[in-house]
Amino acid sequence: MKLRLKHSFGAFTLDLDMQAGGGITALFGRSGAGKSTVINAVAGLLRPDTGLLEVDGETLMDTARGIHTPPHKRRFGTVFQDARLFPHLTVAQNLDFGTRYAPRGAKVPRDDVISLLGLAALLGRRPATLSGGEKQRVALGRALLSGPRMLLMDEPLASLDSARKQEILPYLEHLRDGPLRLPILYVSHAVDEITRLADTLVLLKDGRIAAQGALRDVMADPAAVPLLGVREAGAVIEAEVVSHADDGLSRLRISAGMLELPGVHAPVGARVRLRIMAQDVMLSREKPIGLSALNILPVAVKAIHQGDGPGAAIALQAGSDILLARITRRAVAAMDLRAGAQIYAVLKATTVAPSSIGQ
Amino acid sequence: MTLDAVAWEALRLSLWVAVWATVIAVPLALAVAWVLARREFFGKSLLNAVVHLPLVLPPVVTGYILLVLFAPNAPAGAALGAIGLTLAFKWTGAVLAAIVMGFPLMVRAMRLAIEAVDPKLEHAAATLGASRASVFTRVTLPLIAPGILAGAVMGFAKAMGEFGATITFVANIPGQTQTLPIAIWTALQIPGGEGAAAALALLSCVVALGAVLLSEFLARRVAARIAGST
Repeated sequence: MKLRLKHSFGAFTLDLDMQAGGGITALFGRSGAGKSTVINAVAGLLRPDTGLLEVDGETLMDTARGIHTPPHKRRFGTVFQDARLFPHLTVAQNLDFGTRYAPRGAKVPRDDVISLLGLAALLGRRPATLSGGEKQRVALGRALLSGPRMLLMDEPLASLDSARKQEILPYLEHLRDGPLRLPILYVSHAVDEITRLADTLVLLKDGRIAAQGALRDVMADPAAVPLLGVREAGAVIEAEVVSHADDGLSRLRISAGMLELPGVHAPVGARVRLRIMAQDVMLSREKPIGLSALNILPVAVKAIHQGDGPGAAIALQAGSDILLARITRRAVAAMDLRAGAQIYAVLKATTVAPSSIGQ
Repeated sequence: MTLDAVAWEALRLSLWVAVWATVIAVPLALAVAWVLARREFFGKSLLNAVVHLPLVLPPVVTGYILLVLFAPNAPAGAALGAIGLTLAFKWTGAVLAAIVMGFPLMVRAMRLAIEAVDPKLEHAAATLGASRASVFTRVTLPLIAPGILAGAVMGFAKAMGEFGATITFVANIPGQTQTLPIAIWTALQIPGGEGAAAALALLSCVVALGAVLLSEFLARRVAARIAGST
C-alpha cells in the first residue's frame, strides 16, 4: 500500500507519505496526531484535500485525477475503537453482515474465524450484552468475514482495560502469524501494543512522519526516544526460549548471550519478542560483580543521542541486536562514554513485563 | 344516543381519507426528515419552516392557501385536472388537506429517529462492503422503523381529526368531504343534534388517544432498538 496524504482542518495539517507492506504496519502517534484521519482517508470515509492511495497496483484515491473509490468498493475491513456493532442484529448476524459483499476468491471460512476469535458461545447474543473485549472480537471477526484485502484497525484496544487487552492481543498475533496473513494497518498510541504486534512502524508527530521503518530499527533508534516517550522507549529484540527453571525464571538466548527472565509462558524452542525498556538498562564501565541483577551483557556503544533535557539515549550493539539505554547526560560525561566504547549493560530480570513478550 | 347513517358515513370517510393521507405522506415525510437530519444546504431553515408552518398557521389559512393553489382554475389545480385528478370539494382534496396538516408531526417523529442513529454505524457498514442503498435498508431503516411507524400513527390521528383546513378547502359535502369532525360540527348546528355530536366526539377521543399511546410506545421502541436491548 502506498499512501500520500495532505489534509488541513483548522490550524492542523496532516502531511504524510508512507508505505505499508505485508504483516502489521503500526502508525504510532499521540492523541491529535492525525491517526484516525489517516484511517478514515484510507477507508474512504474522508476526502482529503489532496491524496493518493494505491493498493496492489490499483488506484483507490487520487485527488489530482478526481479518483475517489467509495468505501464499500475499497474492501478495507475496518475495526474501530468503538466496535460499532449493529445493535439490532445478533452477533451471528453482525458477523455475516459483510459476507455477501466478499468477492468469491476472498471469502474467509466462517468457522475458522469463529474458532480463531473464540466467538462460538456469543453467536446468539445481542451486542448490548457483550463486554468491551467481546465486542472488539466480534468487530474483528465481522471485518475478516467481509473478505477484505487489508485490515484497518483504529485504536482497537484503546477503550479496553488491561485485562481485556491481554485477552485480545493473542488473537491479533494469531492473525498476523496464522494462515490468513492479512496485511494490517494498525493505529495506536500504546507502545506496548505496537512493540508486540508491529512488523513495520511509522511514527507520526504533529501531522508528519517523524520516522518509519522496520519495528526493530525504529525502536532501536535513539532519536526516536522522545517521539515514543522516554518512559516507553526501548529496543525490541528476538529471543529463543531455552529452558524454564523451577523458580519461575526462564532462560532465553539472544544474539549477545543468555537472559534469565520471569513470566515467560512460551514453550521451549519458541521465538519470542522482547521489549527492553531504555530506562531499565543500566550501564557499567567494568563488569559488575556482587550485583542483584542477573542479566549482564557485554555491549559496545554505537551512538549517543543527547536531547534538550537532562537525559541521553544510548544505542548499544549487543551481538547482532541493538539495545537502548537511557541515562543522564551527567553520567555520559562521568563515564566518558564515546561511540565504540566496550562496556556492560545491566538488565534487571524483572524489567521484561510478561505482556511485552510476544510470540 | 345512536349513530345514524350520516355518522357512520362520516366515520367511514374519515378512515378512508386518513389511510390515503398516511400512505402518501409517509415516504415524503421520510425523505424530508432525512434531508433535515443529515444534510446541510442553503435554504434548510426555510424548508424546515415551511414544513412546520401548518402547525402554527390558523388551519383556515392553510385551507385557503390550498384553495387558491388547487382550485380547478388555479395553476396547480388545472395541471392536476389535466391528468384527471380534481381536488376541490372532493374527498381527494380532504386527503391533501390531511397530508399537509399531518406532515409536520410525521417529519418530527422521523427526524428524531434518524438523528438518534449514529452515522458511524453506517460508515462501518460501508467499510464492510454495503452500498449506500444497502446501508439504508440493512442498518438505518431497521433502526428507525419504529420512528417511522410512530410518525405514521401521529399523521393518521391528525388526518382523522383535521377540521379547519378541510372544511375551508373542500367544504362540507356528506359522503364526499364530511369527515368525522365536520359531521360533529354539523350535528351541533342542528337543534337536538347534541346527542349525535357527543357520540361522534367520544369516537374521536378514542381514536386520538389510541394513536398517541401507540406513537409513544413506538418511540420508546426506537430508543430500545438503538440501545440494542430488543
